[in-house]
Amino acid sequence: MAAAEFTTPELKDYPAIPALQRDAMAESKPYVASDKINTAIGFPGELVPDWEAKAIGRLGELLKKYRSLKVYLDACVHCGACTDKCHYFLGTGDPKNMPVARQDLLRGVYRRHFTLAGKLFPKLVGATDLTREVLDDWYKYYHQCSECRRCSVFCPYGIDTAEITMAGREILDSIGYGQKYSNEIIGKVHKIGNNLGLPGPALADTLQGVEEDVKEDTGVDVKYPMDVKGAEVLLVTPSADFFAEPHIDSLIGYGKVFHAAGISWTLSSKASEAGNFGMFIGNYDQLRTIALRIREAALELGVKRIVVGECGHAWRVAYSFWNTLTGIGAGANDPFAVQLQSQLDHRYKQPAHICEVTWDLIQRGALKFDKEANDHRIVTFHDSCNVARASRMGDAPGGQFEIPRSIIRAVANHYFEMAPGTTHEATFCCGGGGGVLTDELLELRVKGSMPRMGALKQVVDQHGVNFMATICAICKAQFTKVLPYYKFNRGMVGGVHQLVSTAIKLGSND
Amino acid sequence: MSAATIFFAALFYAATAILVAGLAYKVADYFRTPAPLKIPTTPAPTTTGGVVLRMLREVALFESLFKSNLWIWAFGILFHGALLLVLLRHLRYFTEPVWFWVGWVQPFGLYAGFAMVAGLAGLWGRRFVVERIRYISTPSDHLMLALLAGIGLSGLAMKFLMHTDIVAVKAFFLGLMRFDVQPLPSHPGLYIHLTLVALLMIVFPFSKLLHAPGVFFSPSRNQADDPREKRHLAPWAAELEKN
Repeated sequence: MAAAEFTTPELKDYPAIPALQRDAMAESKPYVASDKINTAIGFPGELVPDWEAKAIGRLGELLKKYRSLKVYLDACVHCGACTDKCHYFLGTGDPKNMPVARQDLLRGVYRRHFTLAGKLFPKLVGATDLTREVLDDWYKYYHQCSECRRCSVFCPYGIDTAEITMAGREILDSIGYGQKYSNEIIGKVHKIGNNLGLPGPALADTLQGVEEDVKEDTGVDVKYPMDVKGAEVLLVTPSADFFAEPHIDSLIGYGKVFHAAGISWTLSSKASEAGNFGMFIGNYDQLRTIALRIREAALELGVKRIVVGECGHAWRVAYSFWNTLTGIGAGANDPFAVQLQSQLDHRYKQPAHICEVTWDLIQRGALKFDKEANDHRIVTFHDSCNVARASRMGDAPGGQFEIPRSIIRAVANHYFEMAPGTTHEATFCCGGGGGVLTDELLELRVKGSMPRMGALKQVVDQHGVNFMATICAICKAQFTKVLPYYKFNRGMVGGVHQLVSTAIKLGSND
Repeated sequence: MSAATIFFAALFYAATAILVAGLAYKVADYFRTPAPLKIPTTPAPTTTGGVVLRMLREVALFESLFKSNLWIWAFGILFHGALLLVLLRHLRYFTEPVWFWVGWVQPFGLYAGFAMVAGLAGLWGRRFVVERIRYISTPSDHLMLALLAGIGLSGLAMKFLMHTDIVAVKAFFLGLMRFDVQPLPSHPGLYIHLTLVALLMIVFPFSKLLHAPGVFFSPSRNQADDPREKRHLAPWAAELEKN
């Protein structure tokens, strides 16, 4: 189906807060998952007959399991601080895309069924019954949130709409009203091992092709190994890195870094995906099961270090959740985790981000660069939301901002920041994160990218920026798609390790 | 003993019981409910000491709100700061002898009454003037502001327009604290003021006023950023590992 017609927003010099346009995005919704897709991952095939009771029951269970949900549903005072912080609101003007209004879709039902005030005086406190209309609003507007957490930075109580969206999606899945895009991908990762459904032989073939290309390009035999037992490093990276443009250029960069530093490494055909859409749908079991593949692969291959490639939400899951879910890190005591702990080399951070690895090698003088090789590029850096607001790199808070920038400055001569308030922890989402990177949501994606595009336009106009580096597979795919809508060249987005790849000197270690 | 005295004595015993029991229940509930995943909004402190400082900045200075919206921050801090001074000033009704520092606070607490009402007026005005905030406001949001403004205005009225016998008021509250009910002065302004205060105490545990205890339990603000160093596991999540 062709996406509905829409107008790309105009980019202004100063980002303006739009006037409310009620129901501007009421038609925007992703395809509903089919019976086959849902049942494959253990959800009801289609909307269950007693969905209202089931949904409220599931909400009650989540309230017992997640303090975040309980506190966030209670604590909001409707102060309005978040109302102008969401890129989807700024891009669409739909009031239900204001974080507080998005939360209120669930909060109204919570108040009606779980609070005294809402049971006694529903109208007074904005409590609502779970009607079909409300349920459809959940489906629409919990798929117009990229779980980017920008609102949580600005909320005086730290209310994180991502937590509400995840709960909303989890409830929808529990009653058979899940989203096709995310659930289909989760099915693929279980069945084949990665989100794109690339089987092992195809991967091996691709990697061989990459080796040939790099050899042709540089004259050096850089290896892109898979399933090598006893390698020091297991690299887990988003599967888009294996074939998508510009992602693959960063994969080439990772390989060159390991080659130049003389570190033995391997990819895994079993854990050929760093992404974990279990987080997007707020389902702990899926999140955990998908994460456990990494542990199994690490144990089978006997690696000493686990390193994660350029992927925003994957790094959040790896950095913040893997230790909880699988015992990568420190402090776990189940037998597999204990085995993993004794196997891993704890002089290194576990897991480590590829940027941490590269920056560490740069600081130790293990990598040499020809910075001029990047002179045709005038670079800016887009902080990806899950890296910026939900994880860290290095030893100090904010390392997730400094380390990628330090790498860029080490490998390129021309670097410019985008405007304050659009970077670091206030960064704007690319518009495609959190499980909305699907073509039927194109209008949402284009409009939601408007704040980032505006900030980009400023540095393009002022400094002639022609390359926006980022460390997220979704950001890369999203920008490649939406840049042309704003009259930018789709090729101007790329990875940090793409820049590394261009400048790194390979000869010395051969 | 007048009927009004008995009514207000009963009202304040009930309101206090509801406030204390209701808040205790909610706080215990927040405390018991696990946070299964590490979700601090980063950059976040890496140590418990750092978290304490972050929380202090959040509750004393409204740090996040400051970054977010200067108007809401200004009105919000004006109201909350003034409310704190007013509450401290009111401690003189509940202590005998009055603590020395409560004596120092008296003049500040007096003018804070005006600041409190001004802050409330600013916050309320935004609910009408700013389209986005008008959209999200519910009747209870307006009523809560009306309640607080009513408390402030009736208090100021008793100070500046129609004095009441505050010595007797103090005797009444000291008496309540000793379960020895003393006569409450018959005064319409006082009746309004006390009724609204009791109402506020009663709705506290059932309303958005739960933001006060809630902020301390917000995982995005109260967790240390140390997931690689320390394993964080909720009891229900630990159960999954036994399978």
